[in-house]
Amino acid sequence: MSTATAKKPRLTTSAMIASIAGEGQRITAAPFGKALVALAEQRPEIVGLTADLSKYTDLHLFGQAFPERFFQMGMAEQLLMAAAGGMAKEGFMPFATTYAVFGTRRAFDFVHQVIAEENLNVKMCCALPGLTTGYGPSHQAAEDLALMRAIPGMTVVDPCDALDIEQAVPAIAEHKGPVYMRLLRGNVPLVLDEYDYKFELGKARMLRGGRDVLLISSGLMTMRSLEVATALEADQVDVAVLHVPTIKPLDTATILAEASRSGRLVVVAENHTKVGGLGEAVATALLTAGITPQFRQIALPDAFLDAGALPTLHDRYGISTEAMAKTLKTWLA
Amino acid sequence: MNTLSDAGLHARLAEHAYRIRRFACRMGEVQGQGYVGQALGYADVLAVAYCHAMSFRPDDPEWEGRDRFLLSHGHYAIAFYAALIEAGVIAEDELETYGSDDSRLPMSGMASYTPGMEISGGSLGQGLPIAVGMALGLRLKGNPAFVYNSMSDGELDEGSTWEAAMGAAHHGLGNLICLVDINNQQADGPSTKVMGFEPLADKWAAFGWFVQRVDGNDMAAVIAAFDAARALKEDKPRVILFDTLMGKGVPFLEAREKNHFIRVDPHEWQQAIDILDQSQGAAR
Repeated sequence: MSTATAKKPRLTTSAMIASIAGEGQRITAAPFGKALVALAEQRPEIVGLTADLSKYTDLHLFGQAFPERFFQMGMAEQLLMAAAGGMAKEGFMPFATTYAVFGTRRAFDFVHQVIAEENLNVKMCCALPGLTTGYGPSHQAAEDLALMRAIPGMTVVDPCDALDIEQAVPAIAEHKGPVYMRLLRGNVPLVLDEYDYKFELGKARMLRGGRDVLLISSGLMTMRSLEVATALEADQVDVAVLHVPTIKPLDTATILAEASRSGRLVVVAENHTKVGGLGEAVATALLTAGITPQFRQIALPDAFLDAGALPTLHDRYGISTEAMAKTLKTWLA
Repeated sequence: MNTLSDAGLHARLAEHAYRIRRFACRMGEVQGQGYVGQALGYADVLAVAYCHAMSFRPDDPEWEGRDRFLLSHGHYAIAFYAALIEAGVIAEDELETYGSDDSRLPMSGMASYTPGMEISGGSLGQGLPIAVGMALGLRLKGNPAFVYNSMSDGELDEGSTWEAAMGAAHHGLGNLICLVDINNQQADGPSTKVMGFEPLADKWAAFGWFVQRVDGNDMAAVIAAFDAARALKEDKPRVILFDTLMGKGVPFLEAREKNHFIRVDPHEWQQAIDILDQSQGAAR
């Protein structure tokens, strides 16, 4: 490491692919790449495709292990998704990786028409979901879940940590049909191993109970929610956390059962714009079932987000642990 | 390898092309519309593809050993259905349902509707990148089949076409043959005015492809181009650029004001069929 990067006078924009792990947090390196290599040993139909981002999505591990089953598509996301569809038509199970902005926004019609319309068995695993880079809107996939949720037949997964990813890989492979999975890469926090947790596709899971607030969350916001719940114990606020790693199809039964328990403020926390993500999905489910608790969203604003250091941005947009705790206390006051 | 004399082969394929044109006009008459100008212009290419070049089993459209034919330009479905009828994949009487509710023959081609329709085309510029994936998949499986991607010249405007052109050359896809129908008509007018694509052969060659450009209504030239594309030993993708005439074979449609969607009045369908019958009768 150069001295220029070693001494930082103030918070600067994090590296494009900086780990979201906090100081001293337990981590697992490259859980996606390792899980895929392990699975591909058993399943010869798995192939890997990327658009010039294998190292930045941990797919390079698969490429090293199975060079003849790894296909570089160049920086061409329309080709990536369509060629993945083509390989699926020939009986393979392609795992296609890129950044979430490119996999969803750039390649949308190719995901929609080539992959989803024919229900092809393509697994799109896309890094930098939501606000996980400080490089500005060009790389911030604040609306990826909304876009993918809107596609018929698409399964949408937003894992929380290394354990979630490790278990989600074989689960999405077992599912026949297209899957969009948000990817955390590099040094990924390890959190859920302390919660007797197991990933099940399509299932939400209560991680802890609580009388005052029900936090419904997905992705890295579940990690934050657990931290908030711990932090608020000191204030005698009892927070339950319901982790919803599958955004579509939504585990409405579990969500409705938990949200209908009276007396709790229901808060959906997501690393995504408040438009079209988990929050709106939960709100629709609740209203449709005639369940009307006090309801709030912690989500990114409907705006083009700033560039900067991730901790700064997470504070600014209310999705850091501290900001969340403060917001919750305001709502409970 | 065919054992017929060249003249015999040409005559046989010309007969197939005539029948494809005729089926297309009958479908146009059923629906009162359809991209019949394109069908007439592209019939010779489809006749050579389905009645000479490609391996397939009419009664088993998903046979693993088949050559794959992707109709990227989904609006050419009327032409393609006519070819599938001629190839024996679809029964002739089914053309009466073309474009009707619950038909297996929708106006724009969709994979789940029609036997022998490999992809849901129509969102233009998607066929070639899908073909790249299928060609990679076939090679990985050790399956020697070809993938044919059929596309319109308008699709040359789409960036994805050129992403795929680079990808196919990079991966040395000698099992991929791209067919481009150059009739110089897009939705907003002549392709050369909408978005100029010349020098087209040079472009494809610069992208690393084996290129042929032929008169797509000259049966001998079309046959030779397909044969050369299949026979090439180099590991490079192949493209055949077919210059075609919309409405080919029906002089009053050839002469009609050139348009992406040629207008045909109700009484003219039978006239077109009569003209096709007369000229084919004379050719026999």
